Amino acid sequence: MMRLELVKRPQRSMLFSALSPFIAFALTIIAGAILFALLGVNPLMAFQIYFLEPVSQVWQLHELAIKAAPLILIGVGLSVCYRANIWNIGAEGQFILGGIVGSSIPVLFPQFEGPLVLPLMLLFGMVGGAAYAAIPALLKARFNTNEILTSLMLVYVAQLFLDWLVRGPWRDPKGFNFPQTIQFNDSAILPELMPASGRANWGFVFALVAAVLVWILMSRMLKGFEVRVLGSSPRAGRFAGFGINRMVFFAFMLSGALAGLAGISEVSGAIGQLQPVISPGYGFAAIIVAFLGRLNPLGIVAAGLVLALTYLGGEAVQSALGISDKVARVFQGMLLFFVLGCDTLIHYRIRLIGLAAPTLESAPKLEEAH
Amino acid sequence: MSANQDDANLLEVRGLTKTFGTLTACDHIDLTVAKGEIHALLGENGAGKSTLVKMLFGTLEPNSGEIFWNGQAVTITNPGFAKKLGIGMVFQHFSLFEALTAAENIALSLDDGSPISTIAAKARALSYSYGLPLDPQSLVGDLSVGERQRIEIIRCLLQTPQLIILDEPTSVLTPQEADKLFETLERLRSEGKSILYISHRLEEVKRICDRATVLRHGKVVGHCNPRKETAASLARMMVGNDVQAVVRAPAQGIETAQPLLEIRALSRKPATPFSIPLRNINLTVRAGEVIGIAGVAGNGQGEFFESVSGEVPQQDAASVRIRGKDAGGLSITGRRLMGAAFVPEERLGHGAAPRMKLSENLLLSRHATDGKVFVGAGGMVKSDAIYAAAQRIIKAMDVRKSAPDPEAAALSGGNLQKFIVGRELDRRPSVMVVNQPTWGVDAGAAAHIRQTLIELARSGSAVLVISQDLDELFEISDAIAVMHNGELSKPLPIAEATFERIGLLMGGAEPGHAEHALETS
Repeated sequence: MMRLELVKRPQRSMLFSALSPFIAFALTIIAGAILFALLGVNPLMAFQIYFLEPVSQVWQLHELAIKAAPLILIGVGLSVCYRANIWNIGAEGQFILGGIVGSSIPVLFPQFEGPLVLPLMLLFGMVGGAAYAAIPALLKARFNTNEILTSLMLVYVAQLFLDWLVRGPWRDPKGFNFPQTIQFNDSAILPELMPASGRANWGFVFALVAAVLVWILMSRMLKGFEVRVLGSSPRAGRFAGFGINRMVFFAFMLSGALAGLAGISEVSGAIGQLQPVISPGYGFAAIIVAFLGRLNPLGIVAAGLVLALTYLGGEAVQSALGISDKVARVFQGMLLFFVLGCDTLIHYRIRLIGLAAPTLESAPKLEEAH
Repeated sequence: MSANQDDANLLEVRGLTKTFGTLTACDHIDLTVAKGEIHALLGENGAGKSTLVKMLFGTLEPNSGEIFWNGQAVTITNPGFAKKLGIGMVFQHFSLFEALTAAENIALSLDDGSPISTIAAKARALSYSYGLPLDPQSLVGDLSVGERQRIEIIRCLLQTPQLIILDEPTSVLTPQEADKLFETLERLRSEGKSILYISHRLEEVKRICDRATVLRHGKVVGHCNPRKETAASLARMMVGNDVQAVVRAPAQGIETAQPLLEIRALSRKPATPFSIPLRNINLTVRAGEVIGIAGVAGNGQGEFFESVSGEVPQQDAASVRIRGKDAGGLSITGRRLMGAAFVPEERLGHGAAPRMKLSENLLLSRHATDGKVFVGAGGMVKSDAIYAAAQRIIKAMDVRKSAPDPEAAALSGGNLQKFIVGRELDRRPSVMVVNQPTWGVDAGAAAHIRQTLIELARSGSAVLVISQDLDELFEISDAIAVMHNGELSKPLPIAEATFERIGLLMGGAEPGHAEHALETS
């Protein structure tokens, strides 16, 4: 008989900090192979279709960038929250509100055209997301409510609000009663980066810029230091004179603004109008992205690309093998599970203990002596 | 050594070695603890005492060496096994959950499934019988360091250990509390139990310990009978040379000096059901003097420090005045900008962020006061500047560490304290408020810290020291006030102060939280 024991390391292991995402990814692959085998599919072929085919052509890389952009933007914002030990689970709602508020310009003023339209929409999107994130922040700062619950519940409010808008007041009058708004005019569409080779739009550039800026904020600036201190030792933060309530607003509104920017970029770039559903769960998948990227904005860029691949792979296995694209959710879930599990190795090492060891033989004798 | 003597040894350690990377924390340590003896383990910070006892308690694994328990070779793989053997430990850094009550914390470590109420009753009975009164229902988060230690001791005793390891136990106690603890220890010895007593307080080691093992730089430098040694000879063995005595020149012309810190009718309602209200506190600290505040743990010192530092601002702006200006309504940052500096009681998690580097911890208290030096345009941190300043403090305070810029948690308590005090001194503050400046700090480092506080005062600053260590207060203060149940006595000039007078002011012979709870309810 053997048993496993976790032994705390005196210091966090740099090696496992770096390795943990890769171990998690490997474990996900193994578990995925078992999953495919149980579904009656050759795992090797399934992986070929899931992970390789979606990125085998240039236009597909554009699709990858389209999917990765919102994940990275949201994940980068969430990383600031989580570093501050503030648990914003409602990025999906902030994403939707960003999409709605940003879209208000082309939907309500379809005649308004010109170079001002797009910047205004992006700004409105950020303001919408930030304002929506300010609600759980206010509730936490004022009433000490649990932000996990309030931010999560506001996601459903946002989803239903969008649904009501596109079926009700904002429905396209010439749209044959389909639940959608009018198509945005050309100046309200986020341009494509390289139209010759694929659909990827400026949203991906926004994501990269946001990642670099937040990385500078967190690692080089006093504000980032404040985030890290308050997140890791709140009492030391109070001693430093940092206000925890100010931090709650800062972290929520920053991540809300980035989620809102992702929302309006998605609507004006990839979709071109508002529909009842504008996100395949980006706001939740971005939580995985944030942790897979070690809460480091640059790591989050890589993690966002990996997660984007799971979406594309899900679509690919659905069309090629007839497996439900829900398999993508399963992969995302397993990935988060293994990432969080492997993080244990950073602070603990695993020790195998044989029950036949002499240490435990002597224990019963001593107990008799008592 | 004959076989008979071997039998009398409860614990024998041969050649125990532990290395961390290139640092050999313990180098072939030999140690024997006989049945029914109090054995002292002496040494400076970083001498390897804590590492050694962690190996004995199973929280660290030795690289080589043998441990014999009752003559039998054992491998202590974890604390659970150490407890099974009959080893109990009271740590210097307590391992208690703040959000749980004392009884719940005890129940967690007993792990025998008996109901909390039974454990609470047992703990209460045991605590009173050993003269360490404890209210098992109080939340640990609301207790002072001294009271938390009682929980640790009671928790250890409830497991009826054969060997009790105490890491710097009296560093948070008043003379009376320490006397009580010594009675407890002597009673335990008479019951045949052995005690491994880690301390740097040489007088008490001479008083209660039968034998001593002295460590320096990870090696055993001697075994001795402390009763036959002098404090000076023990210190010499420990440090390797003579410890500098603290020099305090009498303060000149204090009565006419400018008051730099004034506290006027400061009152504060209790923030939690277990904290102490502050009642109408008045105090003036003038340029050039050191005022000490004595008191039993948990009499409002923590609340007082929070109010003076501005971690909790006051309604009445005039209740705290710094350099002649109202500061009561200001935050801690505002008060720092007026020239005040603060050192809290708890080092890890309050005075320093454990997982951050020393240079980052420098920024913790100085990002606003030295904003121009450490923070550049647009809020960018000047990492070169904070690194250089951290190195300057490390050098000035002789902070010993294993890496150029280690995490705060990687330093021993005394070295971290030297850094935290140095961080504030480096600013040349005109008002310095320190809570427990040398808790758990060895003789050499403590003398250094005390000397620097005196020098700061003599250079024209006002220094306020809150401490439970009376020896320390008598060593450095120009006047001593006593805090009891949230009230502060008038400061007694040091010439008139005696242990007896201060002791009387400290109030009842049975200090403790339980009684205050009764008084207020």
